[in-house]
Amino acid sequence: MRELTLHILDIIENSREAGADLIKLKIFEQPEQDSLKIFLKDNGSGIDEDKLEDITNPFVTTRTTREVGLGLSLFKQAAERCGGNFYIKSEKGKGTEVMVEFPYNHIDRAPLGDIITTIISFIAVNGDSIDLIYRHKFKNREFCFDSREVKKELDGISIQSKEIISWIKNYLKDSFAEIYGGEN
Amino acid sequence: MKVKDLIDELELEVIAGPDLDREVSGVYCGDLLSNVMANAKKDNIWLTVQGHQNTTAVALLVDVSAVIIVEGFDFDEAAVKKAYQKGVNLLKSKETAYEIACKLCERNL
Repeated sequence: MRELTLHILDIIENSREAGADLIKLKIFEQPEQDSLKIFLKDNGSGIDEDKLEDITNPFVTTRTTREVGLGLSLFKQAAERCGGNFYIKSEKGKGTEVMVEFPYNHIDRAPLGDIITTIISFIAVNGDSIDLIYRHKFKNREFCFDSREVKKELDGISIQSKEIISWIKNYLKDSFAEIYGGEN
Repeated sequence: MKVKDLIDELELEVIAGPDLDREVSGVYCGDLLSNVMANAKKDNIWLTVQGHQNTTAVALLVDVSAVIIVEGFDFDEAAVKKAYQKGVNLLKSKETAYEIACKLCERNL
């Protein structure tokens, strides 16, 4: 895909479909170590052990509408195309973890893309039922957004309401400005 | 025009040819699989440098008439095996996508 955020969106959609109510996303950008890592972890229904082995095979899918499933397959290929790595771990009934590492400076590595819009769109549609913990690190600076913390302050207002979404968007923008410090 | 008609004319190598009698309609060039999924059309000939089994999966999904891997690249083993199982035609050329596309254009595709 053109941007890594599209892969991230695809995976968190999988988590939603697997019945997760908590998703953890970590993005670590370490340009001086030539490393970009993306971790995703959910508490959804998990994947059977026998299925997990073959989960990045595009001809293995839980879909019943067609015989091809490409989400994880494309994410893995995106990493391996530029010499990166893809790992998946899952336990039935507990959840699934995906870790993907890219060489930060490789010319074929897709850009991260618009992560703020990705996060915001997901919360605007699923925020009431699914919590998201999102940690982003750039070099040695980082921030952490936790929708559960936000909800504590909301006093019954929906996190999906326009005002709150707009607040979260600004919060994320400011947080990025801080960790990038004009470098990115 | 059928896939088999193009093989001699364009000097293509057949890597997997389970369904060479398929009719061809139109051409799509692209290596970004998500883009191909979104924009290629059924019965197109698809030109790419990607030989991963994901290529076979996308070809099946879009239902292209054949994939031509260009610039002398190779399909990997899993891609070829799945192509036979699923009826996807995989062809190969040493030429670039542009050169092949020009020849397809000359044949009104």
